[in-house]
Amino acid sequence: MALKYDDFIESALASIEALLGGDYRLSKRAIALCLLQEDPDLERQVKEQEGPSYSSIQNIVAQTRAGYSQPLYQIIAQRRQQEVRRIVTLAATSAAGPREGFAERLSRVMMNPITGVPILLLILYFGLYQFVGVFGAGTVVDFIEGTLFGGWINPWVTGLISAVIPFEVIQDLFVGEYGIITLGLTYAIAIVLPIVGTFFIIFAIIEDSGYLPRLAMLIDRLFKRIGLSGRAVIPMALGFGCDTMATIVTRTQETRRERVITTLLLALAIPCSAQLGVILAILSGTGQALLIWGAVVGLVFLLVGYLASKVIPGERPSFYMEIPPLRLPKLSNVLTKTYSRMQWYFMEVLPFFILASVLLWVGDLTGLFDLILRGLQPVVQSIGLPSETAVAFLFGFFRRDFGAAGLYDLYSSGILLGVPLVVAAVTLTLFIPCIAQFGVMLKERGIKTALAIALFIFPFAFLVGFILNRALISLGVSL
Amino acid sequence: MELDEKAEEILETLWIRTEEEGAETIPLDELEVGLKDAVVGQLLLAGNITVSKGEVGLTARGLPRAANVVRRHRLAERLLTDVLATSETLLNERACKFEHLLDRGLDDSICSLLGHPKVCPHGKPIPPGRCCHEDRRELQKVVSPLSRMASGESGKIAYIYAPQAAKLQKLVSMGILPGAPVSLIQGFPSYVFQVRQTQFAVDKEIADAIYVRLVEAEPPGEGEQKEEQQRPPFRHRFRFRKRRRGEV
Repeated sequence: MALKYDDFIESALASIEALLGGDYRLSKRAIALCLLQEDPDLERQVKEQEGPSYSSIQNIVAQTRAGYSQPLYQIIAQRRQQEVRRIVTLAATSAAGPREGFAERLSRVMMNPITGVPILLLILYFGLYQFVGVFGAGTVVDFIEGTLFGGWINPWVTGLISAVIPFEVIQDLFVGEYGIITLGLTYAIAIVLPIVGTFFIIFAIIEDSGYLPRLAMLIDRLFKRIGLSGRAVIPMALGFGCDTMATIVTRTQETRRERVITTLLLALAIPCSAQLGVILAILSGTGQALLIWGAVVGLVFLLVGYLASKVIPGERPSFYMEIPPLRLPKLSNVLTKTYSRMQWYFMEVLPFFILASVLLWVGDLTGLFDLILRGLQPVVQSIGLPSETAVAFLFGFFRRDFGAAGLYDLYSSGILLGVPLVVAAVTLTLFIPCIAQFGVMLKERGIKTALAIALFIFPFAFLVGFILNRALISLGVSL
Repeated sequence: MELDEKAEEILETLWIRTEEEGAETIPLDELEVGLKDAVVGQLLLAGNITVSKGEVGLTARGLPRAANVVRRHRLAERLLTDVLATSETLLNERACKFEHLLDRGLDDSICSLLGHPKVCPHGKPIPPGRCCHEDRRELQKVVSPLSRMASGESGKIAYIYAPQAAKLQKLVSMGILPGAPVSLIQGFPSYVFQVRQTQFAVDKEIADAIYVRLVEAEPPGEGEQKEEQQRPPFRHRFRFRKRRRGEV
């Protein structure tokens, strides 16, 4: 049974239906209703199919619209909701009035800025720092990399390969300094995967609890200053897991302006979980170093966002979001989400790590690699870093997390310490996005925007590193 | 100088035709008055209009006065729709009579009462008065934008006014429609409010667009009440049983 609208709309519907002669998959009444509500897609279709009688349809729509002080879609929506409410009251009674209980009280506390900000900091401290940084990047990585790969797998594979393959060059392809197994697989499975995995677990728990809309609501005012709305916290938070994935998620944003700004900030100032895990692990020795890193990257995020919102044209975003009730995360949901994200990540990352190993091996063999490294060394030295860090930056070209893992190696072998360590961490965080992210940027934003972003970030990252190095030295900061 | 109702109506027409519809001057015929009519003399004497070659125009002095008449008319329309629930067919006629009663600052009181509305029920802008610029805490309001409600206050959505249609459409698609009960939970850093079983968070711009008729000042015999009557009788049984369970 069709829902009846008021007489004026009904007569308009009837006359439009009479004029519709084309072949549509929907009923004529449905088409007529969409036309009254000015659905652009259907307007186009009807215009194509009806030809000359389209203008009479347009006339009817215009006349009907003039008869109401409110837009027609609102009149129609109101009538529909009235009907829905009528049916619902026939069939069901609602037990609860306003929401109440512990979940609601907790929700209010989370949304109140005075209590909400400390709660956010607690979540960041326990979720990101303790679980991803200390446990994921520390304990789990130490075990898998040090014990599993370093102690058992790699020596065993190295022995096997040396026995099977007689040529040293080919041996190197698999188990050399840049070998597929000793570098590619080890990095992917032993360093990156545990970090990304622990992040995805935390993210799934936070997502499933309904905390994100509350965070969006808290942060909207701040994000408006950088041309974004509170909704942007979702890609941003996901960016702390994987910037490539987050860049794809920018599709959910409404305006092109928001998408461009978010893409830029993701590429520049949001470290992915592998970077974050490694940085947290190597800087956690001194709280001061971690603080400097966080402050500099946060400042860059806000400053560049603010400037971008001034430069990039487009309308101001608006913020509206449903706040679902808080729920205890369900284990099955958390596991499914973590699993599917890790699967996506692993399928995407592993071939790349292998390819990168091969490219590095070729580069090493042909001397091209040395050439690039020698070119990078003065740049790296100019920001006060030992020339060995050039390797980490070169790795960073291939993947952000690759670069971070390289940084980890330099740190654990004692080459990077103190001020240069912080400068390296900051510069690598800001440094160009990995190839995978750049590929997604090309696809999502187009070649012009993606190139512009990359060309801005490259010198800018080193400029910030340069300034930070000078500032720390002249202030006499020792870490 | 006092103007009579007829004179005010001429000012109103002049303002709408020149300020809103872009005409320079209006012929006397269109205003249905002659040069020798007392009302024209009255307006000329007050220095509110000029007449040359049968064309009437507003003077710099007449302009704010005319804007004020339009303001009163449109505020009267708002008052009649939002508070007194007058049907749309009677609206214009009644507002025409009402506007003349709203002088001597009474318009500012009504404007505050209605939460400083920006448009009339037909979507035409209401010229702002002095009260709209002062951000003082006002006397009791009947209608207020969501953004000016206090946390914990509740009411029913009276109307939604969004300058951009796209923003209105978003609200409509989320079920935020006139007639829905609404209560404000929190006003900072964003606006959090509840409509029936659902909570929403919006920014100031959207909270400005939602005008709420506050609950204490609800007029009788309106939309939601009719719905109340449509409810089937067995509903009461459930209510009764529920209360009983609560007591035990």
